[in-house]
Amino acid sequence: MARVYIFKRFERFWHWTQALLIITMLVTGFEVHGTYSLLGWHQAGELHTTAAWALMGLWIFAIFWHFTTGEWRQYIPTTNKMLDVALFYAFGMFKGEHHPYLKTKNRKHNPLQRVAYLGVKLFINPLLWCSGLLYLFYNQLGAVGLGGLSLGLIAVAHTLGAFLMLLFLIAHIYLGTAGHTPTAHFKAMVTGWDDDVNEEPQGAKVQ
Amino acid sequence: MKMIKQAMLAIATLAFTTLGYPTTTPGTPQANQKLLKSTADHSKFKELQQEFASGPDVTKACLACHTEAAKQIHLTQHWKWEFRNPETQQMLGKKHVVNNFCTSVTSNYKACASCHIGYNTDGPNFDMTSESNVDCLVCHDQTGKYKKPAGFAGNPVTKDTEFPPGSGKIIRAVNLADIAQKVGQTKRTTCGTCHFYGGGGDGVKHGDLDSSLEAPDKALDVHMDTKGLNFSCSTCHKTEGHQVPGSRYAPTAQDKDGAHMRGKADHSNPATCQSCHGQAPHKKEAKLNDHTDKVACQTCHIPAFARGDVPTKMSWDWSTAGKRGPDGKPLVIKDEDGYETYLGIKGDFVWKTNVTPEYMWFNGKVNYTLTDTKIEKANQPIYISKFEGSADDGKSMIWPVKLFHGKQPFDAENKTLTINHLAGQDDAAYWKNLNWDKAIAAGMAAAGKPFSGKYDFIETVAMWPITHMVAPKDKALGCSDCHSSNGRLEKVDGIYIPGRGRDHIVLLDTAGWALAALTLLGVIGHGIGRILTAKRNH
Repeated sequence: MARVYIFKRFERFWHWTQALLIITMLVTGFEVHGTYSLLGWHQAGELHTTAAWALMGLWIFAIFWHFTTGEWRQYIPTTNKMLDVALFYAFGMFKGEHHPYLKTKNRKHNPLQRVAYLGVKLFINPLLWCSGLLYLFYNQLGAVGLGGLSLGLIAVAHTLGAFLMLLFLIAHIYLGTAGHTPTAHFKAMVTGWDDDVNEEPQGAKVQ
Repeated sequence: MKMIKQAMLAIATLAFTTLGYPTTTPGTPQANQKLLKSTADHSKFKELQQEFASGPDVTKACLACHTEAAKQIHLTQHWKWEFRNPETQQMLGKKHVVNNFCTSVTSNYKACASCHIGYNTDGPNFDMTSESNVDCLVCHDQTGKYKKPAGFAGNPVTKDTEFPPGSGKIIRAVNLADIAQKVGQTKRTTCGTCHFYGGGGDGVKHGDLDSSLEAPDKALDVHMDTKGLNFSCSTCHKTEGHQVPGSRYAPTAQDKDGAHMRGKADHSNPATCQSCHGQAPHKKEAKLNDHTDKVACQTCHIPAFARGDVPTKMSWDWSTAGKRGPDGKPLVIKDEDGYETYLGIKGDFVWKTNVTPEYMWFNGKVNYTLTDTKIEKANQPIYISKFEGSADDGKSMIWPVKLFHGKQPFDAENKTLTINHLAGQDDAAYWKNLNWDKAIAAGMAAAGKPFSGKYDFIETVAMWPITHMVAPKDKALGCSDCHSSNGRLEKVDGIYIPGRGRDHIVLLDTAGWALAALTLLGVIGHGIGRILTAKRNH
C-alpha cells in the first residue's frame, strides 16, 4: 500500500462542482415537479435552469478531459472480481476483511464502481440532459419537427432520471464511507491523495 | 380644517401659476388644448344653435354635415341588436338572446332601449331604416348630462316629466342644444353609460367593466390609468366607420398575429392584447413568452375581476322573487354596503368584489341557449352561453371567465326558456304586479312563442370572458399561482403543468420515493451493521 496522488486537480473540481450542482438540481427539480414548496416555484425554476446550464458546461469540459487524458478507460466495465466486491460489501466488510479489489492509479475504480459510474455517464446523465433540454425548449420543438412530443412525456422521462440520480446519490455518498476508514474516500476526493493504493506493476497498462 | 388646507393649496397653486406666466414670450399664441384636439368647435355651428324638441331633431342637424354617419350606424351591431354568428349560425344580439339577468329585451323595449343607440326603440319592430332615429349623442356626449331614462324607448326627456305617471317622481329634462354643441369623440364615460351598467346596474354584468373605469388608477387598469396612458375604450376598440371591433358574441380567443403596424394592412381584431404587444411581449423573462401559445394574456394579467371596489353580481335567483314588505310594496333587503341582496321584483342576488375567475380552454366559439333550444331540468344548470374549447383543437387558449349563476323561469312543458315581461306600466308587467303567469304569458306573446301556461325555475350559468381591468405587471399572477396543486389552473385539462400534482404519474413518484427510502434505510442498516461488527472484529 502506498500514498498515491490519484485524483487530479480538474477531476476533483469536476467532481465537487458536479456534486453541488446535482444536489441543487435535485432540490430545486423536485420543487418544480411539485413535491414540496421550499424556495418558491419561480426561484426554484430559475435556479434549476441556471444550474442545468452550468452542469452542461462542466460536462463538456469533463468529457474533453476524459478523452484527452485517456481517463475514460477507468470506466471500462469488467466482471473480473465483481462478485468478490459484491460479496465483500454483503458479508466480508462485517468480518473486517480487506477490500478484495486492489486499486492502482490506472485502475482506481472497482468493478462495481465502474459499472455504476458508467451507468450514470451513459444512461442517467444523457436521459436527464436530453429530457431537460427538451423540457427547456419545449415551445421550440415544433420548429425542429419534434412537435409531437408531449410535455407530459418529457417530464416523465426527466423525473425518472431524477429519481435514478437520487438513488445513485444516496448509495454513492454512503459507499464513500466504505473505504478502509470511513473518511478515507472523502479525504482522497478532496486532497487527491489516497493512502490505500497499490503500486502500479512495472509497465502495467490500464485495463 | 380640510377646507382651509385646500384653500391654502389653491392659493399656492395660483401663485405659482401666475409667477410662471411671464416666461412665455408675449405674442405667442397660447395653446388651447381643446382647440388643438379638434378642427371643429360645434358650439359655433348655426345648425346646433337652436332649441331641440327631440333626439331625432338633433340627429337631423348632425346628419346635415355627417351625411353618411347614420348609414354607417345602420350596419352595426350597436344599432341592429342582431348578430348572426358565422360559425355557429346562431342568431344572437340583444334582440334574440335570453340571459340570466333581466332575461330578455323582447317585451321590455321601452326600458331596455335606454341602451340602444337609437330613438323610438319601442319594440322588436322598431324602424331599423330610420336615419333620424340614430342617437349620435349617447356616444358623443362630452358633458355627462345626456340621459336616456328607462321607460322612454331610448328617448331623452326634453321636458320635465312625471314618471311613472302619478308617482310624483319628476325626471328632469336634458338640454339637447348644450349637449349637441359640445360633442366630441367617445370616451370611457360614454361607452360606460351602457357597458358599465349592463345587467341593470353598475358592474352587475361583466365583472371587468364598471364605473371604476371612468377614472381608474394604474393599479386598476394599466392602460386606462388617468395619470398614465389614459386610454379610452376606442384606443383598443379602434373603430372605423362606426364599426366597433371586439365583439363578445364572436370573440378572438387566440390571436397568433404579430403587433399591428401603421400603414400595414392588418385585418385582424385590433382590440386583442397581441395587436399591440405581439407574441413575445416579455422582455426581461423570456421564459414567460413560452406561455403565450396556450395561456391568454388575460389569465395572468387580470388576477381578479371587479377590482375597482364596485361589486359585480355573481348570481341571481328569480325563483325567490315576489315577496312584499309590511307596507305591501315589493320587499327590499340590502347588505351593510347598501347593495341590494333581495328585491321583491327580482329575487336574490350575490355580489362580490375581487373575484378570482374560473379558467378554461376557449377557442372563441360560444354556444347559446336560445328561446327555441330544448332544455331539461334534469340537466341543470343549463348553459345560457357556453365557451367551446379544448387543449388540442389548436385554436384554444386558457381564459379567465366569470361564471354567472342564475335561476330563472322556463316553460315546464315546452321545455324552453321563457321571455318574461318585466318592465312597463301595464298589468302584466312583473315589476308592477309580481305575477309570473301574466308576465310570462305576455312576454311569450310579445315574442310570438308558444307558452304552455306551466312554468318552473331552472338553474342557468352564463360565461363572460374577462379581458378588461388589466393589472400592472407587478400585480400579475406569479408562477406558483398555476404551477402548484390546487392552483388557479387545477381544473384545466389536457395540459401538463409542471408543479401540478394531478399531472404526476403516481406510480413513478411512489416507486421513486419508495426506492429512495429503501436505499436510504438499506445504507443506514448497512452502516449500523458495520459499526456493530467493527467492535466485535477488534
